Amino acid sequence: MKTRVATFFIMLAFWVIMSGMFDAFHLSLGVFCCLLVAHFSHNLLFPETTGPQRSWLSDIVGVTLYLPYLLWQILLANLQVAWIVLHPRALEMIDPHIFRFKTKLKRPISKVAFAQSITLTPGTITVNIYSDEAGEQPDEFAVYALTKEAAASLPGEMEERVAKALEPANG
Amino acid sequence: MAIAAVIFILAGLFFFFVGVVGVLRFPDFYARLHAAGKADSIAAVLVLIGVALYNLQEFNVGNLLVSIKIMLIAVFIYVASPTATHALTKAALVAGVEPWSKRKKKP
Repeated sequence: MKTRVATFFIMLAFWVIMSGMFDAFHLSLGVFCCLLVAHFSHNLLFPETTGPQRSWLSDIVGVTLYLPYLLWQILLANLQVAWIVLHPRALEMIDPHIFRFKTKLKRPISKVAFAQSITLTPGTITVNIYSDEAGEQPDEFAVYALTKEAAASLPGEMEERVAKALEPANG
Repeated sequence: MAIAAVIFILAGLFFFFVGVVGVLRFPDFYARLHAAGKADSIAAVLVLIGVALYNLQEFNVGNLLVSIKIMLIAVFIYVASPTATHALTKAALVAGVEPWSKRKKKP
């Protein structure tokens, strides 16, 4: 029930922003549609998860605190890659290779967030996450890095930040 | 406001330019993905911020809604672009595209 109500309000906010009309007719249409959507697909937005749990609120706070750091990293890495691209001897500066490292992240959402952060930061692309089906070994990230320096910075601080933002505190 | 908007758009265009140069200069498929992904991750968003600011010159509810919609495009790009890059890289690896490397130079 809680997930239905939450989905309804998120959908309604989206409707109001997208429609931009505030008269009774359009708003009532929106309420009707959002009720239908919330009833049928509330488990899409809030899937039933297994494993370690945390409240939505701390997730939202964690992500909000993480975003400025991510944007700053994207800017820094962009300037670095721009410097390499425009450098006359670019081919000597790059050293593309794939490397692997183990992660300590446990929740699927934090692994996805970390993989997306790596890919968003220019110079590194997440190729694959090899997960152990039995869940005994930590998952392994395969990352394609453009330069040695980009590879050296991983997992490092970014993983710590993601862990702080999304992992359970005692995990 | 207009000046700030123009600065944002010009910065975005600069990064798009760098992205295009990177696509042309880099040696193989994977390295080119880096350049393309960079254009997505910062240039598009800078341009969108610039457009949103430019649109807000006359501040009213209608313009504010349009600007929020423009920023929603940016959010969508930030979710979709890494996913696409990741899928392309993985598909290329599965298909067996050899990564370019300095260590085994062509004879």
